[in-house]
Amino acid sequence: MYGGGFIPDENPKKQTEAVAEDPALLAEFQARIDRGEKIEPHDWMPAMYRKQLIRMIEQHAHSEIIGALPEGTWITRAPGFRRKMALIAKVQDEIGHGHLLYTAAETLGKPREQMINDLLSGKSKYSNVFNYPAVTWADVTVIGFLIDAAAIVNQLANSKGSYGPYCRALERICAEEAFHLKQGHDAFVYLATGTPQQHEMLQAAVNRWYKPIIHFFGPSDKESVHSEQLMRWKVKMASNDDMRNQFLDMYVPKVREVGIDFPDPNLKKDPETGKWNFSDPDWDEFYEVIKGNGPCNAERLAVRKWAEEKGRWVRQALATPYTKSTVPLA
Amino acid sequence: MSDQNKSLDPRIARLELPQGESIVKPDEYWGTFEVFLQEKRGKFHQHVGSVHAPDQEIALVFAKEQYARRGKCVNMWVVKTTDIFAFPLADEDMFTTTPDKQHREAGMYKVRDRIQAYQEREKKI
Repeated sequence: MYGGGFIPDENPKKQTEAVAEDPALLAEFQARIDRGEKIEPHDWMPAMYRKQLIRMIEQHAHSEIIGALPEGTWITRAPGFRRKMALIAKVQDEIGHGHLLYTAAETLGKPREQMINDLLSGKSKYSNVFNYPAVTWADVTVIGFLIDAAAIVNQLANSKGSYGPYCRALERICAEEAFHLKQGHDAFVYLATGTPQQHEMLQAAVNRWYKPIIHFFGPSDKESVHSEQLMRWKVKMASNDDMRNQFLDMYVPKVREVGIDFPDPNLKKDPETGKWNFSDPDWDEFYEVIKGNGPCNAERLAVRKWAEEKGRWVRQALATPYTKSTVPLA
Repeated sequence: MSDQNKSLDPRIARLELPQGESIVKPDEYWGTFEVFLQEKRGKFHQHVGSVHAPDQEIALVFAKEQYARRGKCVNMWVVKTTDIFAFPLADEDMFTTTPDKQHREAGMYKVRDRIQAYQEREKKI
């Protein structure tokens, strides 16, 4: 899943402290990216490029791990063996994706332990959608279909980016996401075309997830100072609005074709511009949840800490003389 | 978390969630191993990524979980990352003239013209 579409930026004051880079190196770096070459861990790169990538990949990794929590607890309650097997496989994939992404971020020089500490302390963020509860099985279905679908839009774009290790991780992730999306769609269609109660349960879940889904790609980034530079460096590959629009283009029809709809009378495609319009999704709520005040922020982090604390003795028992941290090669 | 028992999730409501900070110590997640996967007997092992592990045996277990969940695989290698010795990427220019070394390529050696010329010349005599 879960390329957390939106990466909260640092506070604008800190952003303006640009590091002066050697113009010749900078030009060469830009030329390499323009030629479509990938940047590898030991290549020269601007400090801002490194910093933004670390933040982006790290938050993506956290999203994979935290995103597995609402789904993981439904494994024991999945309706039937087939759904249970699919969910186990999916959750394991998500944890694997977290690993791949942490590794990619580590190649840029931030140790895994530090990333985990930043997650646990709340310093480092993850995708906002996982701060909402999965109340019923239909919520898991909506996550598996629509949140994964949104993440794929984001990840496919990013996999064409400029940083080699991130692209390689994303290529692998996207291949596995194809299964997540299909199994999510399968479960979604089963509920939508099932009994009236199932249909109703699914519609109720879609109603709960509509706002978080619109939030997923983040607010319009047209005014962001950094966006343009990051797009030139192929760190950010598409604007939040473009990705959201692409997602709505692809998935609104798939939701509507089974008699389910999003709870927004203003969700319409403008035939002239090709852009989707929608009601204001309450961006204040979005920022509140980022700040840690969403319905599940505290629970998610507490569960993640629980895993850390309860797993520690295993890691210590396994420790050997050559357990010093190393930076993965590529 | 004071309202932990209010979780909608029965499994979480049963956990004794820790209070306060959790801090991971440096090196707690060990070093890294590079993973090489062989898809088929007779093929080369290929680098597919890395894993964190405390030793090579656990590294193989993690490598299987991480890189051989799907698709074909008959064998895997793990190598400590620090044991891999590589050229600096910045030295890639030392390979740039390689494609120009046509004398090492089969395609450089073309004698058909010469044979034809010879045969025509011989016929005339």
